[in-house]
Amino acid sequence: MKKEEMTKLLEEIQGCSMHTLEEIQTFKNTYLGKKGKISLFASYMKDVPQEEKKTFGEMLNQLRTQAEKRLESAQKEVENKKLQEKLAKETIDISLPGVSFKRGSVHPLTKIIEEVEELFISMGYDVVEGPEVEEDLYNFEKLNLPKGHPARDSQDSFYIEDEKILLRTQTSPVQAREMDKNKEKTPIRMICPGKTYRRDDDDATHSHQFTQIEGLVVGENISVAHLKGTLEEIVKRLFGEERTIRFRPSYFPFTEPSLEVDVSCFKCGGAGCSLCKGTGYIEILGSGIVHPNVLRGCGYDPEKYTGFAFGIGPERIAMLKYGISDIRNFYTNDLRFLENFYREEGQNEGK
Amino acid sequence: MKVSKKFLNDYVQVEDLDFREVAEKMVAVGNEYETIEKISQATGIVIGKVLTCENIATSTHLHACTVDVKEDVLSIVCGAPNVQAGQKVLVAKVGAILPDGTEIKKAQLAGVESNGMICSLSEIGIESKYQSEEDKAGIHVLSDDAPLGEDAIAYLDFDDEVIDFELTANRGDLLSLLGMAYEVGAIYERPVRLPSEEIQEIKENIEDEMTLKVETDACSIYLAKKVSDVTIMESPQWMKERLMASGIRPINNVVDISNYVMLEYGQPLHFFDAERLGKKILVRMAQEDEQMQTLDGKMRTLTSKDIVITNGKEPVALAGVMGGYDTEIEMDTKEIVIEAAIFDSVKIRNTSKRILRSEASNRYEKGIDPNRTKKALQRACHLLEKYAHAKVWSGMLQHDKTQKADKKITISLQKINTVLGMELTKQEVLSIFERLQFKATEQKQVFEVLVPTRRLDVNIPEDLIEEVGRIYGFNQVVGTLPVMEMRKGKRSPLRNFTKKTRDFFVSMGLQEVITYTLLDEVKAHQFVEDATNEIVLLNPMSEDRKYVRRSLIPSLLEVFDYNMHRQQKDLAIFEIANVYTKEETYHEKTVFSALLHGKLDLSSWEKEAIQADFYALKGMVETYLEKLGLSKGRYQFEKETLKDLHPGRSAAIYVDRKKVGFLGQVHPALVKQEVYVLELDVQSLSEISIRSIKAKEVTKFPTVTKDMAFVVDKSLPCEAILKVMQKAGGRLLKEVKVFDVYQGENVKENEKSLAFSLLFEDATKTLTDEEVMGIFDKIIAVVTKECNAVLRDK
Repeated sequence: MKKEEMTKLLEEIQGCSMHTLEEIQTFKNTYLGKKGKISLFASYMKDVPQEEKKTFGEMLNQLRTQAEKRLESAQKEVENKKLQEKLAKETIDISLPGVSFKRGSVHPLTKIIEEVEELFISMGYDVVEGPEVEEDLYNFEKLNLPKGHPARDSQDSFYIEDEKILLRTQTSPVQAREMDKNKEKTPIRMICPGKTYRRDDDDATHSHQFTQIEGLVVGENISVAHLKGTLEEIVKRLFGEERTIRFRPSYFPFTEPSLEVDVSCFKCGGAGCSLCKGTGYIEILGSGIVHPNVLRGCGYDPEKYTGFAFGIGPERIAMLKYGISDIRNFYTNDLRFLENFYREEGQNEGK
Repeated sequence: MKVSKKFLNDYVQVEDLDFREVAEKMVAVGNEYETIEKISQATGIVIGKVLTCENIATSTHLHACTVDVKEDVLSIVCGAPNVQAGQKVLVAKVGAILPDGTEIKKAQLAGVESNGMICSLSEIGIESKYQSEEDKAGIHVLSDDAPLGEDAIAYLDFDDEVIDFELTANRGDLLSLLGMAYEVGAIYERPVRLPSEEIQEIKENIEDEMTLKVETDACSIYLAKKVSDVTIMESPQWMKERLMASGIRPINNVVDISNYVMLEYGQPLHFFDAERLGKKILVRMAQEDEQMQTLDGKMRTLTSKDIVITNGKEPVALAGVMGGYDTEIEMDTKEIVIEAAIFDSVKIRNTSKRILRSEASNRYEKGIDPNRTKKALQRACHLLEKYAHAKVWSGMLQHDKTQKADKKITISLQKINTVLGMELTKQEVLSIFERLQFKATEQKQVFEVLVPTRRLDVNIPEDLIEEVGRIYGFNQVVGTLPVMEMRKGKRSPLRNFTKKTRDFFVSMGLQEVITYTLLDEVKAHQFVEDATNEIVLLNPMSEDRKYVRRSLIPSLLEVFDYNMHRQQKDLAIFEIANVYTKEETYHEKTVFSALLHGKLDLSSWEKEAIQADFYALKGMVETYLEKLGLSKGRYQFEKETLKDLHPGRSAAIYVDRKKVGFLGQVHPALVKQEVYVLELDVQSLSEISIRSIKAKEVTKFPTVTKDMAFVVDKSLPCEAILKVMQKAGGRLLKEVKVFDVYQGENVKENEKSLAFSLLFEDATKTLTDEEVMGIFDKIIAVVTKECNAVLRDK
């Protein structure tokens, strides 16, 4: 008798549908409450004959489990539905623009200089600085450029005191200053980035103010081969692994031999194009073996020590690397120009 | 230095070589060039003879000509005023192409058929600076013996090719065709052909007639010879062509010979009209303010650093730079004194920089081979004899203190190979010296090299290494990195610090700029208190860039202006650079400066942007100083009146009681817009001591936050209240934040309301309400009393 009723109740519970919180509450009250239908059956237990108690108990448990299960799934369903409604309500137009955060960047010349600094620091070089208001002694005389030397012509200088104090025309005086400071200590490995000044009219390719990175190595048996190996590292870092260099003999008073350095054209790979004017090579920097007069003048015995030096122009590097046609861009600081450098360098280009 | 193929071929065989290849090989040994081109690019130009020339009635200036070009007689209309029957002329036939790209076609001019064009020199591409007045005015007339129908460009040698070399300052020897010949000879292993210096001297001797005295060390050699019976006329075409190819205008045979010999030998010569010169030559330094008239007619005031040639009294030439007006060669000159001398290069350089830079002064500056002086003099006599019918007098005025012996330099094979990083054999090195025509011997791997005086640039062993390297080819060197002890490179401490500073402000959204160091006078005095310690250039290029800056802010304001004029409304920029002052000595200091204007973040449709103001900039400074590791107590902002800043919106920044910078709004009298600027002395900041990071334990106990607000006098600085609070609050008061400043309704005009949020914390236990309230009330009481404040809210 009770068994049939209980089976019916089980079917009733299983068939119950609930979609709202109210319906869930009603279900809870009807079946699972203290006065609910399941509790009612439980109260019959005492009247159930001993041999049937076990079966009755099992059925009672089944009823309760089923009801709870039903309740739980209904609750989940309702909560899920509510969540869905909330999500639908919260949906936004993802096509609206995001908040633009203020972006700053380092100046492109700083970017080039720091890249070169990192490379040389990794090779054991120190990065040093020297004065921009410089003595003629260091800017010229100690560099084997006595007064009246014709090579001073190419470096027309801003003088502050006649023939004595000037705005440095090159970062090379730092070579002499470092050697003076180190007094025969070797090896010297240094680079010196900084501003330099010459009396040039400002135009697309000339600027009365520009930057240079000077490099100097002094030690025993330093050779042209070492210079070449070092410069190859620089051009590969700045212009890509496939780059090669070419030497052209030249003349700088403070090096002997003196060598202009060309890099294989990174646009055409050396085949000849408009960038390299058909030559396959682009002039990139000046270098050489430190002149014995410079070594001697700074307290180094040229019989014992040799060295190499080089000078890189960050403006030229940046112009070539980023396709900038006018050097004045670096100094007018038009934000629309500087914006080009908010981003990182490219990666996997052409792959 | 312009070098033509035909001219060079006189001294070393190059006619069989591709001249462009010669140019490239010269580059490979260190001699760059700018251009290589033919004198005339015109094609299809032949020599013709004007048979008839009639005026065309309907035209004011056109002539109808018939011109014989050997295989044909052409009717050509010509507009030149100087065309005449019987002339040999340059004829561009139909199909000819002129250097400007014009193709000659059949045409009708004034109703007359024209089958070609009679050309001027300009039309075949000769620059007017090389032309005579007659040539500039009309067509070019050839000599009567010009071969009819032949290629006129080849006849005039205008098919010659010219390389324009851009030489380095040390290679003065290459300012001569002979020097070029030795260089090209070394590359191609070819001998040099020396020009003839043969002369037939007459019995008259210059030494019987004239005297020479040299009173200055600035003239190391002075030689002079005399010629007479000179006929001044036009030079032969080949000489004119070679001068033009070298960039020099042909004038007449005498002047041309002087230039020609200079081009050949690199030795400048000067020709005096002997009759006008007189009997005496005295070389001395000029007197201060001595006057002389140079051959261009100008009066020149000389200095004691100029060298002059005098006739014993007045200057007759400014040595190495320009001749004198009175002794110039004229059309009627019959007797010439030829000077070949060497003057001090630095003195010539200084004089010529002031007066005129010429072909001659350029050569003196770079140095002259003393072994060529006499040869050049004789060569000039030889050419005058041959092309000006001159009679060469015997004898020579001579003053000579020069060293003419070869320079002996020794160097070991090992040294050469060590410096080059190569493994050359002694035979290879010897063969290079031979190619350069340096006499060399070798003993036990050590070379003794005799370097001729023509190579003024080769003096020390290292110069020989360069010679070996450039002839052998530096590109044969295989690059390797130097072997040295391993170590980590590092930036200087200041450079490290500026990098940290730069990276911080970039991360705050500021843009780095780099501006010019040089300013005009007005800007040079902005934002600096001291009006006297500025550095001024002696030789500025303009008034705009005359002063070395003492502050970066005027430069940042230039960037501000530039961008405002280009519709860039918001600006947050900074620069790190040196500023310079002069006290007893020169001081250079690295500073950081920033400028803010407008919105600090790019506005969004959703939120309002933060505007640049005093507090935004101050916040950046605080964040920066804290980022450096400075605790709050170590830095202060003090109200201070600073040059060119808004007096009510500026402050000085102190760290450890030392002034390290300032910030504020640019004075509205200077800039109308609200612009905020900052300067920090990064050099000083880089030198202060800051302890390393030590992590503090995070407290296990809860913190308590309580708010309070006071109304105080408007002029009371907030900092005064904060100090009082901190003192009253003791160790349990961890932090006070200002969260509202209010003026307006319910607050009197001379008052303001400040609201604070206080954070309490005890690291050892949980704070009780009683404890917190106790401190809280104490703070209120003390602030009320000491700051004359009224509690508004709690």
